[in-house]
Amino acid sequence: MSQPGLWETLRGIIWRDLLLAIRRRSDVAISVLFLVIVASLFPLGVGPEPAVLRTIAAGVLWVAALLACLLSLGRVFTADYLDGVLEQMLLIAQPLPVLVAGKVFAHWVVSGLPVVLLSPLLGLQFGLDGEALGMLVLSLLLGTPTLSMIGSIGAALVLGVRGSGLLVALLVLPLYVPVLIFGAGAVTSSMAGIGGEANLSLLGACLVLSVFFAPWATASALRIALE
Amino acid sequence: MNWSKYSAPLAFYPLAGKMIPWFGTIAALAIAVGLYIGLLVAPTDFQQGEAYRIIFVHVPAAWMSMFLYVVMAVWAAVGLGLNARLSFMMTQAIAPTGAMFTFLALLTGAMWGKPTWGAWWVWDARLTSELILLFQYAGVMLLRTSIDDQRRADRASGVCALVGVVNIPIIYFSVQWWNTLHQGASVSMTAAPKMATIMLTGMLLMTFGFWMYSLAVILSRVRCVILERESLQLWSKPSPVPEVVEVR
Repeated sequence: MSQPGLWETLRGIIWRDLLLAIRRRSDVAISVLFLVIVASLFPLGVGPEPAVLRTIAAGVLWVAALLACLLSLGRVFTADYLDGVLEQMLLIAQPLPVLVAGKVFAHWVVSGLPVVLLSPLLGLQFGLDGEALGMLVLSLLLGTPTLSMIGSIGAALVLGVRGSGLLVALLVLPLYVPVLIFGAGAVTSSMAGIGGEANLSLLGACLVLSVFFAPWATASALRIALE
Repeated sequence: MNWSKYSAPLAFYPLAGKMIPWFGTIAALAIAVGLYIGLLVAPTDFQQGEAYRIIFVHVPAAWMSMFLYVVMAVWAAVGLGLNARLSFMMTQAIAPTGAMFTFLALLTGAMWGKPTWGAWWVWDARLTSELILLFQYAGVMLLRTSIDDQRRADRASGVCALVGVVNIPIIYFSVQWWNTLHQGASVSMTAAPKMATIMLTGMLLMTFGFWMYSLAVILSRVRCVILERESLQLWSKPSPVPEVVEVR
């Protein structure tokens, strides 16, 4: 029997993670519901004036997306770590960073993509108009994969550590700040009429950098966790 | 002379002990002279009045906060690459001092901001990225203490420190990349400084003093770390605070 190539292995890993997520739908539903609830709390707390809501919309929705991503980070590696699959993954004769990138991609499809798809609805709740809604979707589409990428580093570092849920927040949230600034900035500046393209380019740059470097850092963190 | 023998904690311990008084004395002298120049000799700024004198603490502290993070990350990289125990001990010893300088930079910045800008804090790129640096120091230290296995704690916090280096250029260039309320750099390597020579002298002396202070404190802390971690070794047995061990 011949060894499966890199591409087949990668596809297998992504497919397996997606299948697991489909079998455990409630996990996905929880982080999406969390996003909706957090976003709905703000109008209740701040007050229902449309002008105020429109000003805070971009920031609130982006922070909610960030927290939803943070909440789901535990799922990237923990289950595989506990049942020993991760150890087997480290033994696969393919470069670990690529496999990690596959897992992170699956994580994004499960936790980031629903956020992107749901964001226009939440944007409407906050009274955003058409152009700003489009910019919100675009910025989230570019930004959420970066969140998953950066988050995977933190998730790998705290594998099996006590209090890991809170610790990962402390490690990862500071690194999320640029994405938050550019993402919310894209929506805000498009609402101000100066166009969000500059911020989108910066988000794209963040994505490229994180896709290039994060799997590598995550892979070394996984090796440290499992040695 | 073979310097690599000092990569063994056993050999480094007495060497560090010998260096601490020197660095400590130089630090005390430099800071004393720097403060004298800064507070008494340097003229009053015509725009900012006496309030500007906080920069003699603020700027060196901010420089040290970034510099120490880079040094910490370099030690982490050396530790991860060469598997050297002493490197990770240095990483562990540097973090608290770096966090202290970050806090000091933020605190003195707030004290300067109130009379000058009229606000303790503004959400400007320089201030925010410096605050993030404080969180990063906290993250590195907390990750280390949360992991019980010493080897894993060292390596995981090392990776964490390395990843965070990304923030250092952001802090440094934030005043150029964004329109910030924080003023741009008055001192640069390539251009003539935009400040009076006497002020620059005071500031550089303070920076030098802070640097020497960091060395003294970090070396004493690394000695404590060595004692803690190597407590099962024979040479550290006799007393809780052993005298200098002769190594030949």
